[in-house]
Amino acid sequence: MSARTNLRVPQVLTGLALLSVAGIAAAEYGLNLRPGVTTIAQEAYSLHMLILWVCVAIGIVVFGAMFYSILNHRKSKGAVAAQFHESTAVEIAWTIIPFLILIGMAIPATKALIAMEDTSNSDLTIKVTGYQWKWQYEYLNEGVNFFSTLSTPKEEIFNRADKNPDYLLEVDNPVVVPVGKKVRLSITANDVIHAWWVPDLGMKKDAIPGFINEMWFNIDTPGTYRGQCAELCGKDHGFMPIVVVAKEQAEYDTWVADQLKMADAAAADSNRDFTMAELMARGEKVYTSNCAACHQANGEGVPGAFPALKGGVITTGAAAEHLALVMNGKAGTAMAAFAGQLNDADLAAVVTYERNAWGNNKGDVVQPAAVKAAR
Amino acid sequence: MSTAAAHDAHDHGPASGLSRWIFTTNHKDIGTLYLLFSLLMFFVGGAMAMVIRAELFQTGLQFVNPMFFNTMTTMHALIMIFGAVMPAFVGLANWLIPIMLGAPDMALPRMNNWSFWILPFAFTMLLSTLFMDGGGPAGGWTLYPPLVLQTGDAFPFVIFSIHMMGLSSIMGAINVVVTILNMRAPGMTLMKMPLFVWTWLITAYLLIAVMPVLAGAVTMLLTDKFFGTSFFSAAGGGDPVMFQHIFWFFGHPEVYILILPAFGIVSQIIPTFARKPLFGYSSMVYATASIAFLSFLVWAHHIFTVGMPLAGELFFMYATMLIAVPTGVKVFNWVSTMWKGSMTFETPMLFALGFVFMFTIGGFSGLMLAIAPVDFQYHDTYFVVAHFHYVLVTGAIYAIMAGAYYWLPKWTGNMYNETLGKWHFWLSTIFVNVLFFPQHFLGLAGMPRRIPDYSIQFTEFNVISSLGGFAFGLTQLLFAYIVISTIRGGKKATDQVWEGAEGLEWTLPSPPPYHSFTTAPVIK
Repeated sequence: MSARTNLRVPQVLTGLALLSVAGIAAAEYGLNLRPGVTTIAQEAYSLHMLILWVCVAIGIVVFGAMFYSILNHRKSKGAVAAQFHESTAVEIAWTIIPFLILIGMAIPATKALIAMEDTSNSDLTIKVTGYQWKWQYEYLNEGVNFFSTLSTPKEEIFNRADKNPDYLLEVDNPVVVPVGKKVRLSITANDVIHAWWVPDLGMKKDAIPGFINEMWFNIDTPGTYRGQCAELCGKDHGFMPIVVVAKEQAEYDTWVADQLKMADAAAADSNRDFTMAELMARGEKVYTSNCAACHQANGEGVPGAFPALKGGVITTGAAAEHLALVMNGKAGTAMAAFAGQLNDADLAAVVTYERNAWGNNKGDVVQPAAVKAAR
Repeated sequence: MSTAAAHDAHDHGPASGLSRWIFTTNHKDIGTLYLLFSLLMFFVGGAMAMVIRAELFQTGLQFVNPMFFNTMTTMHALIMIFGAVMPAFVGLANWLIPIMLGAPDMALPRMNNWSFWILPFAFTMLLSTLFMDGGGPAGGWTLYPPLVLQTGDAFPFVIFSIHMMGLSSIMGAINVVVTILNMRAPGMTLMKMPLFVWTWLITAYLLIAVMPVLAGAVTMLLTDKFFGTSFFSAAGGGDPVMFQHIFWFFGHPEVYILILPAFGIVSQIIPTFARKPLFGYSSMVYATASIAFLSFLVWAHHIFTVGMPLAGELFFMYATMLIAVPTGVKVFNWVSTMWKGSMTFETPMLFALGFVFMFTIGGFSGLMLAIAPVDFQYHDTYFVVAHFHYVLVTGAIYAIMAGAYYWLPKWTGNMYNETLGKWHFWLSTIFVNVLFFPQHFLGLAGMPRRIPDYSIQFTEFNVISSLGGFAFGLTQLLFAYIVISTIRGGKKATDQVWEGAEGLEWTLPSPPPYHSFTTAPVIK
């Protein structure tokens, strides 16, 4: 190598470093992909930047030629048209060279893809189920099981209150995972196709009812990472976000223990009786998170799409039929079966609420024991 | 009576009044009907886009509820793809293929009439679903089950209207193939045909191959909903993902159906205004044929996240990347046509060059999407939306507009207003980039598709995109004005119209007689 070529190496490396800094800086401004907090996200980012720069380089050559031609090969400048109209050599060249560039891109892409699809030897498995319109997370070994629903207040969505910084990206119960561990997700759905995606984790997978898809991630930095459902799943597709909180191992273990304690408390609730006031208060909360999306806060539903509960035939009819419908859903409609989604006390509360709110005033009360018996 | 005398006795030009248009079997009339229908549907689909951009102008829900927003995104796509772009290309095919080949008409004129007239009925049916119980379809134009099976009363009407559109396309495509293979003037070998005719020949084969696949897929949706089948229901032993594979086996060739005629139009226009022959004619033919062949092998790049075996993901990634090669060849050939030409920049040339520039940008984002491990970050985000709008709006639609400006003087005998045409081009180009370029950033920053409301970090680019959208939409009213006023009158056009234009259509008067090339010209 001559002295002149040697001198160019540091310049090239500086250039590349500047370009990658520029890429990350652009990400801060919402212009670029984020490098993320997992190796797969970082590999995806690097591939993205590589392809982007290849495209920019090709663009400079092609558009450069176009603009040179537009400026200089014009009749108004007195240009006389040449008449050449073919060249086999040139056609071969600009077939082979792009083909070689593509091979250069395909090799790192293949390596990255093989690594991304390898879910073996994971440390932790979480079963993820997409519902219309929330996510359920089951830590199969630990026995933790909960739903994760959008927690942004309706006032913010309907422009009656100012939007907070995590607007539409906040949930009541986030997914908590330990840092530095390979977490495998087994993803499925309960009703229609959804998709689970957190940009900072670098991977997205569809949630298909009746089938299980797998993906994995290993988060290197503690923190909170937000994503959204990424497959159209109906009315509230834009309102079922994902929040992943990565904690150090010790904090994660504490969180698991707390989750199990809360589950025990909820189970204990199944065995006691509640007052009307307690059921109405609890029922209203459950209704707001689970039912109001379709049946509306005022119980009036949406004509032609979602039945009214205010003065409804079912909600003012026999309590047993009402409870059965909420627990088992209605096949062929969007009414899901809530038996698997809500515990005994929550089901008892929401049915009691529906029977007595909005002037329905049935006066009757459903206790958790009745729900438990009906399962 | 001899046949010649009998023919002369009946040769009286077009009928008068409405029945001319209802009963016509004349390729020029049918071409005009398709083009005007497509212009109308372009505005209908465009209005839906305005609703979408209005809702996305700010965070929060302001104007429409989420269900109706999903209906707008679904219908916008169905109308634009099946009601605007495809009929426009068929209209151009009808007007131009016979006069480019020296043929008196299309091979099957009565079937041609029916191919057109199915469309107003199909779209009336589709649009009427907006007023049905449960509203119009809201599961995306891709109709994925199980979600699409939650559609209300509209469901069978959407399926039937798609069947009708498919019938129209298949019959039109058969007509194109038979005409091109049987009715070329003596001496016009296949390799002497204008490239526009070549691209339509190949597109017609794609249509015949894949429209029946779409028909099969939507029929299976229909039977799953009404006749107890479980093609796409896991509970019954079926698979929702099978729909996606079948749909996209149609869907990928469909996007090439939406672009190959555009390649043909641009290949006619650039040589004219560069006053130089198209560079690499035979390469262009082979590249188009390669693109069409490869288009059958790449469908799953639309569903990389669906949960495919690794080998499948790798195969589809490699095959998709390969399509960049013949597409690149075409772009290089267009630039080489310009190179050392003697160019002028009338409106058709402006749109054709805008096409080459901006379709290539769409091609670059397409190449990025092909890389499966990164597609996991792009899939179902606004990055994809930006990609396909670049190739379809600044690609297909720009080519259609280029063709309209290029051939309107021939069809009507009147020159369009060149100043207004240039205004239309420059305003459209500025605003279309304000509308769609920021959507690349939105996708990279993490904004999913098909959502009526978004988190606050996406606000700035959504505002910019919406403003671009409103301005772009308004600018198209100028195009409608230009087209209609040119039909009604204007400076008289010569037969040649454009100094550098070559081809049989430019040997006819402007406008051509109702029946042209009743005697075949001889091609040397």
